[in-house]
Amino acid sequence: MTTVGLQEVLLVGAVLFVAGILCMVTKRNAIGVLMGTELVLNGANVNFVAFAYFHNLFNIEGQIFALFTIIMAAAEAAIALAIVLNFYNNHVTVDVDAAEDLKG
Amino acid sequence: MSFADFLFWVVALLTGLSAVMVVVTQNIVRAALWLLFTLAGTAGLFFLLGADFVGAVQLLVYVGGILILLVFGVMLTAQGPFVNLRAGAGEWAVAIVVGLLLLGLLGSAFLMTDWRFLPTQPPDPATSRYTNDLGLALLGSRDATPPGTLPVHPGDQPVERSRVAYLLPFEIVSVHLLVVLIGAAYLARARRRRGART
Amino acid sequence: MDWLADYWPVIRALLASILLVTLVAGSAIIFIWMERKVAGRIQDRLGPTRVGGKFGWLQTIADGIKLIAKEDIIPAHADQLLFRISPYIAFVGVFLSFLVLPFGREIVGLPMNIAAFFMLSVLSTEVFGIILAGYGSGSKWSLFGGMREAAQMVSYEVPRALCVVIPVLAAGTLDLQLIAQQQAGFFWNWLIFHDPFQFLTFWVFFTVATAGCKRAPFDLAEAESELVAGFHTEYSGFRWCLFFMAEYGAMFAASALAVTLFLGGWHTGLFPADFMPGDFETPLGILASFLSVIVLIAKSWLLVFVMMWIRWTLPRLRIDQVMMMCLKYLVPISCALLLLASLLPLLWNTLGLPRLPFRNPPALPVLPATQRMPTSQAMQPAFDDGTQSSTQPPQLTRRDSHELR
Repeated sequence: MTTVGLQEVLLVGAVLFVAGILCMVTKRNAIGVLMGTELVLNGANVNFVAFAYFHNLFNIEGQIFALFTIIMAAAEAAIALAIVLNFYNNHVTVDVDAAEDLKG
Repeated sequence: MSFADFLFWVVALLTGLSAVMVVVTQNIVRAALWLLFTLAGTAGLFFLLGADFVGAVQLLVYVGGILILLVFGVMLTAQGPFVNLRAGAGEWAVAIVVGLLLLGLLGSAFLMTDWRFLPTQPPDPATSRYTNDLGLALLGSRDATPPGTLPVHPGDQPVERSRVAYLLPFEIVSVHLLVVLIGAAYLARARRRRGART
Repeated sequence: MDWLADYWPVIRALLASILLVTLVAGSAIIFIWMERKVAGRIQDRLGPTRVGGKFGWLQTIADGIKLIAKEDIIPAHADQLLFRISPYIAFVGVFLSFLVLPFGREIVGLPMNIAAFFMLSVLSTEVFGIILAGYGSGSKWSLFGGMREAAQMVSYEVPRALCVVIPVLAAGTLDLQLIAQQQAGFFWNWLIFHDPFQFLTFWVFFTVATAGCKRAPFDLAEAESELVAGFHTEYSGFRWCLFFMAEYGAMFAASALAVTLFLGGWHTGLFPADFMPGDFETPLGILASFLSVIVLIAKSWLLVFVMMWIRWTLPRLRIDQVMMMCLKYLVPISCALLLLASLLPLLWNTLGLPRLPFRNPPALPVLPATQRMPTSQAMQPAFDDGTQSSTQPPQLTRRDSHELR
């Protein structure tokens, strides 16, 4: 890449991040919220890899951080899905607004 | 504009538009489809940015694992009305305003930052050998941080880097994955209902 | 000619993709004919004979014309977008894996030093198209097929990845080009004969790959005795055709991966020199490269033939048997094989036996992928030598090529 610089890649990361936040806020389906978190993590990953590419000092560390983020995302998705399935078993819905048993 | 630039803009547009579509679309399975395009586009960005291994991991873990898990979850819980749960108009309005503000904040943050202390020229792909270094750094058999000082704004005190390798985090993460595996299996196990007494 | 030099990578990529699509589609046509003939012979009949001369070799073409001329029906209850787009996702996933497959010395669509891993990861994306097709068809048979496919594929990816790691451990590289080049010479140089664990791994990998291509006896996603036709019940015409190209392409890709990892890649195993010139300067080199492509394709087709043979010989398993076979047998077996295969070199060196072959990649060829890694130190596999890494503490060495600029 010659003219595409750091800022353009950061812009993509920011779009992914904001889309993820919006997805978490607006979706009422619990699995939709999960998709939002994946988007947020992806936005962060794009930034990590962008800094890794554009700066020599970080070109290993950025990628390693991205790898760890992906692993964490896998773990988070597995646990969250287990929780969603449990929630569905107990409440027969996946609407996150219905999760208010602990409301005082 | 070189061909690599063109490719970058195509992939970036695809990624961004699909990410927006994930938010906009109401059907949860279609959202999964758009999420697939987003994740694949991100993997494409990683390949363009020279992170071959991270891109392949992204495809394998996200597309081959997490996304299938999500769709599987949708199929297990898909009862007509829940496929199309939607938020109210007021919530949408607030969300759009907050989202635009957040995007503006992030955009102004990286547009107003003076990136001159970072070298703007990316490394020469002919001399970079990321994947090997990545593996050696994860094994701890090679220093992951090249010697040098951290980039700071002109005029500040230069900061020396400490030497790190990533064997311990790697082991911690693998144990963590094992714990998650057991925990998820425990949480999602088929259990008998208590019956009508409670 | 500056223009040509600037855009040469683009033109090369276009040429490579056209050739690869032709290869995938063309071999799918031949596979379908082969499948009919194999099925016929195994069931003690002749198979197609009428269309196209003696062996009925035009049968698939006739079928293809019929399929393309068919009406493309979309059911009323289907999700239009998902229904339309999922065949393409399945096909693209399979097609991408051919990008990094080396057909000969330096004959590869995209040289990549993590080719084996890339192939695994894109092959795992094929399943997503099938799940979406199952969901988007709006039919309960399709939905069942899609769910079975999801459960089966997510499980079988684990032993498949583990089985790929084992020959990679012996070869010391993820680059399929280098792995294939290490197996030059006579056939006992092939990785399958490297040690007993590799030999066992090949059979486990082949079983898992068969399941990964959802071939019988693991074709629960389209079990026609239970689910009409599974995930493609509602499809017809060209979209159905794409699913079948994806399935046959996946068989081809998995077989080619097995051939490259275990069975010597493009080497015949009969001639020690084995087409080694491999340059494109001399006519002999071009001929040798051409022959190596043919050898690799022939070997892969042989494995595809074995898959067909299995399909028409064994009855279909039940879905719980498929899952049990993976999670209770194949995963532990491949874990144990991985452990033993990685312990073997350590034991070997402790006993003072002569070094196992292939622990070091041979002299590197001039490849675009390896030009990125110029120093010899970087090319050493991480576990180069068992005794060395166990007796010496790992050293933190400074990287030389990434000075602050």
